[in-house]
Amino acid sequence: MTEPAEPPSPPETTTSAAVARDEVVPLTPELLISQLLRGGVLLSLSLVTCGMVMTFFRHPDYFSSPDALQRLTAPDSVPHRLPDVFEGVMAVRGQSFVMAGLLVMITVPVLRVALSLGIFRAQKDRAFAAITTGVLALLLLAFLLGGVE
Amino acid sequence: MAVALDATPFNFVAIVLCVSVGAGLLGSLLGLGGGLILIPVLTLVLKVDIRYAVGASIVSVIATSSGAAAAYVRDGLANMRVAMFLELATVAGAVTGAMLAGMVGGRALYFLFGAVMAYSALAMLRKLREDGGPRQEPPPDAVADRLGLHGSYYDVSTGGEVAYRVHRPLVGLGLMYIAGTVSGLLGIGSGALKVPAMDLAMGLPIKVSTATSNFMIGVTAAASAGIYFARGDIDPFIAGPVCVGVTLGAFAGSRFLTKLKSGSLRMLFVAVLLWVSYEMLSKGIHG
Repeated sequence: MTEPAEPPSPPETTTSAAVARDEVVPLTPELLISQLLRGGVLLSLSLVTCGMVMTFFRHPDYFSSPDALQRLTAPDSVPHRLPDVFEGVMAVRGQSFVMAGLLVMITVPVLRVALSLGIFRAQKDRAFAAITTGVLALLLLAFLLGGVE
Repeated sequence: MAVALDATPFNFVAIVLCVSVGAGLLGSLLGLGGGLILIPVLTLVLKVDIRYAVGASIVSVIATSSGAAAAYVRDGLANMRVAMFLELATVAGAVTGAMLAGMVGGRALYFLFGAVMAYSALAMLRKLREDGGPRQEPPPDAVADRLGLHGSYYDVSTGGEVAYRVHRPLVGLGLMYIAGTVSGLLGIGSGALKVPAMDLAMGLPIKVSTATSNFMIGVTAAASAGIYFARGDIDPFIAGPVCVGVTLGAFAGSRFLTKLKSGSLRMLFVAVLLWVSYEMLSKGIHG
């Protein structure tokens, strides 16, 4: 994870980036995607951190009892259906907040692909709109398959 | 039972958090993903069941990839067209891998992990020996031309725009399917497989390959993470601290420390990685 040094001008990888360079408007597709990734990761990490803090606030015995760890990490203790997670968040359960944060993290790349689809369509790039639709379909298939199992 | 450890929940979370920060830091120093370092520590040292270690790692892989990609994309280093094209294969592979992970036993996972880790360590050695050197112009390629995969990037060291051409995209697609399967099976980003596929097989410059690989890893990992979640292999109590820790570590590593260039220090890490991969392999063989 390196941050390369700032180049003086945004290089063109897509046609509209090249167009945007001559205008004052800095909102290139690259920047849009970059902002989405950053925002999503920050939101997710805040949810996870809040959830962890809440968990220890609500359960003081977690500081002293080794048995609680075995209970917490037992395989069937994990909420792994969306309604369960949602219900837990409504009940202000810390672990459900953590889970919601992790789910936001999993959703970020999917949103990135969906955003790219919008961008390719706006650019009338039919070949890449089709490829992106394929990637999105495979991602949705993955989530469906996981649910069926 | 996912954890065979006699600690209080607070101690456990604190230890996992520290270990994850270390893994993220080391991963970004070495240019490896955090998962490759994290999973052996979680399983061998903290005695976490390998399935839960994989489930926790895969989410942290999305976090570091997305964080790094945000910078790479803004700087125009990642080739988003190549990435989207190859994601067709990595996502299909990730689905295959995550489905397979539900079928194969823990010992097979240890064995495979050890093998991939040894390969990654040796690949790092290769990168150490042949850094730079003049590139050959790849021959024209009809598919790459049709899809407009060629690109250019701004090179900081020469201060100019460098144009490059892409070839053999279909070979790349095949290799990416394999990389995606490994990623889905082991919960790692498998950048060590993705980068050579682009750099050696498709002729992309190494900087662009690394940036594009990082960009793709998030989508690949998201596909398998969805399956792990539905299976109940993502335990928030383990995955939460792992996710926060690895991201913090990787961020600090990329921000405040320069990449390790020293040859001898890298050799030391290669030796450590090989030793850990031996441990994982023997756990796979002897159980």
